[in-house]
Amino acid sequence: MGAFFNILVRSVFVDNMIFAFFLGMCSYLAVSKTVKTSFGLGVAVTFVLLVTVPVNYLIDRYLLQPGALRWVSESLAGVDLSFLSLIVFIAVIASIVQMVEMVVERFSPALYNALGVFLPLIAVNCAIMGGSLFMQQRAYGSLTEVTAFALGSGTGWLLAIVGIAAIREKLRYSQVPAALRGVGVTFIITGLMGMAFMAFMGFKI
Amino acid sequence: MPWSRQNPVTVQVLGVCSCLAVTAQLKPAVVMAASVTAVVMLSNLVISLLRHTIPPRIRIIVQLVVVATLVVVTDQLLKAYAYDVSRQLSVYVGLIITNCIVMGRLEAFAMTHGPWESLLDGLGNGLGYAFILVVLGVVRELFGSGTLWGFPVAERLGLYRLGYENNGLFVMAPMALILMGLVIWLQRNSDSGLQEK
Repeated sequence: MGAFFNILVRSVFVDNMIFAFFLGMCSYLAVSKTVKTSFGLGVAVTFVLLVTVPVNYLIDRYLLQPGALRWVSESLAGVDLSFLSLIVFIAVIASIVQMVEMVVERFSPALYNALGVFLPLIAVNCAIMGGSLFMQQRAYGSLTEVTAFALGSGTGWLLAIVGIAAIREKLRYSQVPAALRGVGVTFIITGLMGMAFMAFMGFKI
Repeated sequence: MPWSRQNPVTVQVLGVCSCLAVTAQLKPAVVMAASVTAVVMLSNLVISLLRHTIPPRIRIIVQLVVVATLVVVTDQLLKAYAYDVSRQLSVYVGLIITNCIVMGRLEAFAMTHGPWESLLDGLGNGLGYAFILVVLGVVRELFGSGTLWGFPVAERLGLYRLGYENNGLFVMAPMALILMGLVIWLQRNSDSGLQEK
């Protein structure tokens, strides 16, 4: 359990998707105008990460890695399909997003109305693809660790977008120089938030 | 002009993730810019050639497959010919697939225009992206590590003996965001048509 919480906390605060890796910046900048919609998108991103990263982990481990096909037969032990991982990951993400959209629409219309507009956007959100690629690169050891990582990065993203949305709502009442309004000032504030988050560096449980 | 008034990064605010992540040094920034330009041009061309045969309902999937194929080729080429840079770029090469510039240009331009125009549009947007990457890369490497393309500028100028120190913050993540904000500020200051109300 210790490893689980360590990875969870690290991926929320230290390796934050926005502040440390700039993933999912496009929707982060476009949607962070109000807290309510930001929260919706954050929840949707967390949810999709939580589904796609473990699925991609299993695919990577049992189909794509060098020697991953050993469980089929010994003669396939030398096969290395890892060059396919980019295509497979994006295909899995696109189809899971589509499936999640249909399932949510069928079983929970209320949730669908809240998340519906964001779900198609998520298929091309770099945070989702980035989650799978980091999972592959950092070589997590077990399904539990991967789940902790997915949950943590999703939560970190949610935290970042809700934080910036809250600041932007207040910002509407302040005198920002005309040329800096909108995107410019959002970048600078994100930078300052990132500096604050750097204080968590080296944080361990 | 995708160069200035419609710059994909500073005006349309697309493809920001990779733009910030790879610019701690100039060399990976240039390699990344070249890869993205190549992918945008070629995918624009392919989609433009296929545009009458793609059913509108599944166009996103088709676009993703085309882009992903091109990115896999780029990734393998980089691994073969520029292994060090490819290590530095890590996941961000793979993330060209979800780079909003690529998808955005396919949706907005290549689906409705001919192959030649689409190729040029891809080139223009790629160069606009490259321009911002080079600016950020030069500033961050020069002030952050005192080098330029690995060449020790600050050392040759004898600045260290005068008590000059590198500003380590420039190679860190937050400074990339702040510099980006400043670039946008500068551009919008000189061109009031781009300002938001």
